[in-house]
Amino acid sequence: MGKLYDKLTEDYRIKEGLKACINCGTCTAICPAAEFYKYDPRKIVDTVQSKDDAEIEALLKSETIWYCGECMSCLTRCPRKNAPGLVIMALRNLSMELGYFAESEKGRQQYALTKIMSENILNYGYCVYARTFKYEDHPEAGPVWEWIENNMEEVYRRNGANLDGNGPGALRRIPKEDLDDLKRIFDITGATERIETINRHSMQKAQEMGMTPEEYFKHVFNDTQKEHLNE
Amino acid sequence: MIYQGKQKIWSDYQKEIPDDHYFYVRSCIRQNLFPASEKTFLDITRNKLGKDFFETEHHTTCGGIAYHCDTIPQETSMTIIARQFALMQKYGYENYVCSCITSFGLYTETLETWREFPELEARIKENLWKTCKLEFAKPKYLAHASDIIYKYRNLIAAQAKYKLINRHTGKPLRVVEHIGCHYGKMFPSKSVGGAEYPYVLAGMIEAWGGEVIDYPERRHCCGYGFRQYHIRSNRGYSLANTYKKFESMEPYKPDMIITNCPGCPYFLDRWQYVISEMEGKTYGENGHGIPVFTYEEVAGLVMGYNPWDLGLQMHQIGPEPVLDKIGIPYDPQAKYLL
Repeated sequence: MGKLYDKLTEDYRIKEGLKACINCGTCTAICPAAEFYKYDPRKIVDTVQSKDDAEIEALLKSETIWYCGECMSCLTRCPRKNAPGLVIMALRNLSMELGYFAESEKGRQQYALTKIMSENILNYGYCVYARTFKYEDHPEAGPVWEWIENNMEEVYRRNGANLDGNGPGALRRIPKEDLDDLKRIFDITGATERIETINRHSMQKAQEMGMTPEEYFKHVFNDTQKEHLNE
Repeated sequence: MIYQGKQKIWSDYQKEIPDDHYFYVRSCIRQNLFPASEKTFLDITRNKLGKDFFETEHHTTCGGIAYHCDTIPQETSMTIIARQFALMQKYGYENYVCSCITSFGLYTETLETWREFPELEARIKENLWKTCKLEFAKPKYLAHASDIIYKYRNLIAAQAKYKLINRHTGKPLRVVEHIGCHYGKMFPSKSVGGAEYPYVLAGMIEAWGGEVIDYPERRHCCGYGFRQYHIRSNRGYSLANTYKKFESMEPYKPDMIITNCPGCPYFLDRWQYVISEMEGKTYGENGHGIPVFTYEEVAGLVMGYNPWDLGLQMHQIGPEPVLDKIGIPYDPQAKYLL
């Protein structure tokens, strides 16, 4: 049994999501990601179950663990009640903990994701917040979102929200003491450490690639160079 | 499968949903994209049906989107969730209802994990006290907000001014129902109807006069995929999955789509716009897209709410073809009036 495998089994998502895979491939057949990307959850679960550290390390540094969309359709269909989606979450967790995520193009996107999500949660108390969800970053949100962005206070008032207001309601300003609770939760449960780890490895990679932090953010958010898609 | 067989399977997955007294928590995505749906939910439950749904400004995100973007550890999301549950207890409630499907799935997963691993529950309890000085509690009942509207579907039908019927043909509107993946795919027994035959939206459609459409990719994900949408260069994944659904439903000629997930109505709405821009292809009648609705919007329409009070102007695909078919009056000039 390898050290990386041991480390993985400490994750409750492995305890819950990997019992005894029979390699039937039902997960791959049902998987939305497997149709789009060069992705095969059956192979990933089989690699983990092999307990081979060299294979697992290669997986942790690979593109493939970042292709899953975590819809969990695999769990519904698995005849043995495994959850390849949960196995993926544990692999991603370990990949970030060890800094291996920065070795893959898709893994490097964790820098932008962590920045977006953590700043929204710690500053506003929400994962998604209208004022940071910019039309220029989301042109697919359509002309209607551009209209909403340009008339934010009026649109939200018209639609019954309480944008940045006191008291309950949609998009309310979350009181300072509650944001302080979230910060303390981040500090004690490993989220702050996760942010620091992601930033440290990402800035090393940015330096290797000759980019400033801002250039690196734009690069991982916007660009894709490798061939990830299925034929 | 014969209809009676489906009924038997559905009956195995029926939930005993408490009738009243809920602690209500909002959805990060819905309050941005469909804030009027949450307003309508509270208006229908509180003011039209006289039920007790309590909300406090002190609740926050559950962290679900960050968790499924793999940006926060499991212990972080569990402690945030424990804080939400503790607030429920603090304000004197036992029934917890969330507006978000990602939250519903994560709350369910968390409660099941705590049940299976008591030592983890004990650690979260300790985390909660250290960080927030709140007493740990678990809800007696966990519901998604669509469970509640499903529960009240016949009460809503009793107050309805309109039915989901085409006034020109007299036939029921043909409705696609799309269930968010995390509603029932992870823990089918916690959903109305299970993962194979979820009935939570189908029940509403039938109660309000419409006809549910079955089509091959009915249970396929909308393609949100968390990191597959929030990172711009991954969005092809999201678009491709929505495209697959629309190609599959197209031959069945749906009049409208109803959803119970925060992201799904956004993706099914906006990717239709993108497909139309990229390919020039539209899936509705006369070059129009298929209008997509939340369940509160549909409940509000049948109850006679003004479409612009329901926030339908915040969709990219206009709802007008459906309003015209049902015969719901609206003022086109007032649509974008602020």
